[in-house]
Amino acid sequence: MYNSPLPLLLSGLTGVFLGLSAYTFQFARGLAYFSNDPVACANCHVMNEHLDSWQKSSHHGRAVCNDCHTPQSLVPKLVTKADNGWNHSVKFTLGNFREPIRIRPVNAERLQANCIRCHGEMVSEIRETAGRNPGEVRCTSCHAGVGHGPRS
Amino acid sequence: MGSRYRQILLMILVAVATFLVTMLLTNIRERKQEARQTYLPLANITEDTVDAAEWGKNFPRQYDGYRRTVDTERTRYGGSEAFQKLDQDTRLRRIFAGYAFSLDYREDRGHANSLRDQDETERTKKKPQPGSCLHCHASVIPAYRKAGGGDIRAGFEIVSAMPFAEARRLVTHPVTCLDCHDPATMQLRVTRPAFLAGIRAYYKKSQGVENYDPNATATRQQMRSFVCGQCHVEYYFAGDKKLVTYPWAKGLRVEEIEAYYEEIRFSDWKHAETGAALLKAQHPEFEMWSQGIHARSGVACADCHMPYQREGAMKVSDHHVRSPLLNVERACLVCHPFPAKEMMTRAEIIQTRNAKLLARAEDALVALIDEITAARSAGAADSQLAEAWKLQRQAQFRADFVNAENSMGFHAPQEAARILGEAIDYARQGQLAVLRLRAGRSAR
Repeated sequence: MYNSPLPLLLSGLTGVFLGLSAYTFQFARGLAYFSNDPVACANCHVMNEHLDSWQKSSHHGRAVCNDCHTPQSLVPKLVTKADNGWNHSVKFTLGNFREPIRIRPVNAERLQANCIRCHGEMVSEIRETAGRNPGEVRCTSCHAGVGHGPRS
Repeated sequence: MGSRYRQILLMILVAVATFLVTMLLTNIRERKQEARQTYLPLANITEDTVDAAEWGKNFPRQYDGYRRTVDTERTRYGGSEAFQKLDQDTRLRRIFAGYAFSLDYREDRGHANSLRDQDETERTKKKPQPGSCLHCHASVIPAYRKAGGGDIRAGFEIVSAMPFAEARRLVTHPVTCLDCHDPATMQLRVTRPAFLAGIRAYYKKSQGVENYDPNATATRQQMRSFVCGQCHVEYYFAGDKKLVTYPWAKGLRVEEIEAYYEEIRFSDWKHAETGAALLKAQHPEFEMWSQGIHARSGVACADCHMPYQREGAMKVSDHHVRSPLLNVERACLVCHPFPAKEMMTRAEIIQTRNAKLLARAEDALVALIDEITAARSAGAADSQLAEAWKLQRQAQFRADFVNAENSMGFHAPQEAARILGEAIDYARQGQLAVLRLRAGRSAR
C-alpha cells in the first residue's frame, strides 16, 4: 500500500504555525492585555499620549484605564477588551484610521456607566432631571480633563 | 483520494496562516523599532549645512514634509498659490500708488519657495532692494557668520547694506532646517538677529527683563512660536544700512508699533496721488496671533500649522507647514471636540466677517485718497493737508495691518475688527478734515 507523506508534513507545518503564533503572541506581550496595568494599554504605542495625559490627570491616583473604560464584571470586561483589542490591532497594523482618535458611542456608554458607578450618589439628583435624552450630556462633556489632563 | 485533496487543501491553509502570522510578527517588530525613535546619522550636519537634502538623509520624514511646502493649494482667502492680490482687489493699486507693492503683490508661497519668490518678484526686479531681504528669504546665517568674520550680528549688518544682487550671491538655499534647529541637538533655536533684538526690546518693555535671550530662557512651547516669529512679523529697514528691525520696543499692538514709527519719524513711502508719507505693514502674524485667544491659551504656531502626525508608532511634527484649513482634523480636532466640517465653518465665518469689514475699510481709504487728491488739484497747499495726511497714514497702517496679516483675521478676530473699525473711523475723519478745508476756502 502507498504510504502518503502528506499527514506527516501537515502535522509538521501545523507545529511550525503554532510555534510561530505562540512566539508572536509572546513577542507582542499578549498576556499583558489580561492585566489591569495601564502600561499594557500603550503596548502598541497608539495610546502613548493617552497614557501620558492620564498621568497628568486628577484620576490617576485613583483609577486605571480599566476602571473607567471597561465594565467591572468578568465576562463583559473580557468582551470589551476583545472588542477593542481586535479593533485596535487591526487598525494599527493596517494603519487606516482617522486622527485624532475618538471614543466610539458604545465605549462612551461604558465610560459613562463607570463615572456613575463611583460618583452615582453625588449625581443622583442630576440624573433624575437629566432630560429626555439621557446620554446627550455626559459627565465628560463638562469634566473633559478628569481622565486625561487639561488640554493646554 | 478525497482525503488526499483535503490534506493538500489543509496544508495550503496552514501555509497561508503561517505566512500571515509571520507578516504580523515582522510588523510588530517594525513598530517596536519605530517606537524607539532612534535615527540613523548618515550625513554629518554642521552649522554650515544649509542644504535641507543633507538634513533629510538623517530625518527623512521631516524632510519629506518640508519638500511638500512647494505645493499649490488654495483656501478661501489664502493658500500657497502665488495669485496676484492686485488683480483680486483692485483698490490695492490705488492704496499703494507710488510704492513697489503697486507693481506686484502676489500671495506668498511655502517655505521651500521663499528664495525663488524673492528672485521673481517685480518689487526686486524693478526697484533697487538691499541685501536685507535675505534675512528671511534665505538660509543666511552661515553667510552672515562668514561676512562678519565669525560674528553673526556684524555679518548681518554688512550683508544687509549690500545691494540685493551682490548679497544674493552669498546664499544658495531658501528658509531651511538650520534656521530653526540646532544641528548638534536638533533643539529649536532662534537665529535671526532682528528677532533677537526685537524680542529683547519687547521683553524689556513688557516684563522689565534686561537682555532677554529666548535661546537661553524660553520654554519649548514658546520656542514653537518664536521660531516662526523670526520672520512672520512687522519690520522695517532702519537707516542707511537698511538694517532689518522689528518695531517692538513699545509693544506688539498696532498702535504701539505706530507710536514707535512716529517717534523715529519713519515712513515707507510717499503716496503718489495724495503726497502723504505712509507706512506699509508687512505680515504681522506673530503680533496678531499674540493678541488672540489661541495665544492666551498657550497654543503655539506649530500646534496648528505643524500638528503632530502619526507615522507607524512614531509621532512626527508635520513639516509641511501650511494653512490649518488644509489639515483641519489634525490641526483643530485634537483640542476641539467637534467634527472637522464644523471647525471649518467656524473658521470661515470668522474670515468672511473680517473680509467684509476689511473691504469697507479699504473703500473708506480709497474715498479719502479721492478726497485729498481732489483737494490738491483744486489747489490745496501741502501745509493745509497735514491733518488729512495724518489721518490717511493712520487709516492706511491699520487697514494694511489686517490685510497683510496672513490669517484674514483668524489669529485674533476681535483685535482685527477693532483695528479695522479704527481704520474706517480715521479714513472718514480724514474726509471730514478735507471737507472742512474746502468749506473754509470757499467761505473766504
